[in-house]
Amino acid sequence: MKSSSGLHSKTFLLILLMVTFGPLGNALLSKGMKHVGTLTIRTFPDLLHILYQVFSSGVIWLGMGSLLMFFLSYMLVLSWADYSYVQPASSFAYGVVALWGHFLLHETVTPTRWLGVLIICVGVFVVGYTQPRTTEHN
Amino acid sequence: MFWEVVLLLLIVIAGTGGELCISRAMKAVGEVKDFRPVALFRVIGRAMHVGWMWIGFLLSIVAFLALLGALSIENVSFVVPVTAISYAAGTLGGKIFLKERVSPQRWAGVALVCLGVTLVFIGRK
Repeated sequence: MKSSSGLHSKTFLLILLMVTFGPLGNALLSKGMKHVGTLTIRTFPDLLHILYQVFSSGVIWLGMGSLLMFFLSYMLVLSWADYSYVQPASSFAYGVVALWGHFLLHETVTPTRWLGVLIICVGVFVVGYTQPRTTEHN
Repeated sequence: MFWEVVLLLLIVIAGTGGELCISRAMKAVGEVKDFRPVALFRVIGRAMHVGWMWIGFLLSIVAFLALLGALSIENVSFVVPVTAISYAAGTLGGKIFLKERVSPQRWAGVALVCLGVTLVFIGRK
């Protein structure tokens, strides 16, 4: 039988990886998409042109690489922990992405938005004290 | 505004659906205990034989393309926190679809997350 502390440590490590790579990937994608500009798709060639612009951007590929790392960590942690635990617990990423947006991408973040992000993190803190697994595995 | 809402809904619905399918597939694969690269590749190989994984991938691709579209219009510090509304859908889905037991404390946390998302939306410039 697996010890509860071991299960918690393993879960914590992988959620930490998710919180690191997820926001970084989103920030890089945002930076890349801002370079591409507003998407206007009227014809099929327009769509192909936009897809070419998107997938020829090095920043977007870096973002996708980072999100791939996030995804791998996510898949692994879901093999033992509840989805309804992992999803809220990883929501610290929402706070981290706002920090990236503000400090790296120089986005204007209003006080109300900061408060919203803070409350999201408090919600995560509350969720973090629940058991990571509530169902029996075969 | 119309397209922003459509894209945000797509991110939430397709994203949550995809995650639920992937979670179901990973539960079928079983708990990962060996983290060596070869063992991890074997796990990924086993996961690829589960149908739910492919449905999850497809929905995740839809959510990813919607995310790219939304990020071309809005700031990342708005788009990503707003999509946290999927927590309510995800927890509900975990309870119904995966038969997970969700404690009142976890529900309270999810409610706070939803309140935070609402404030992020209100704080939109």
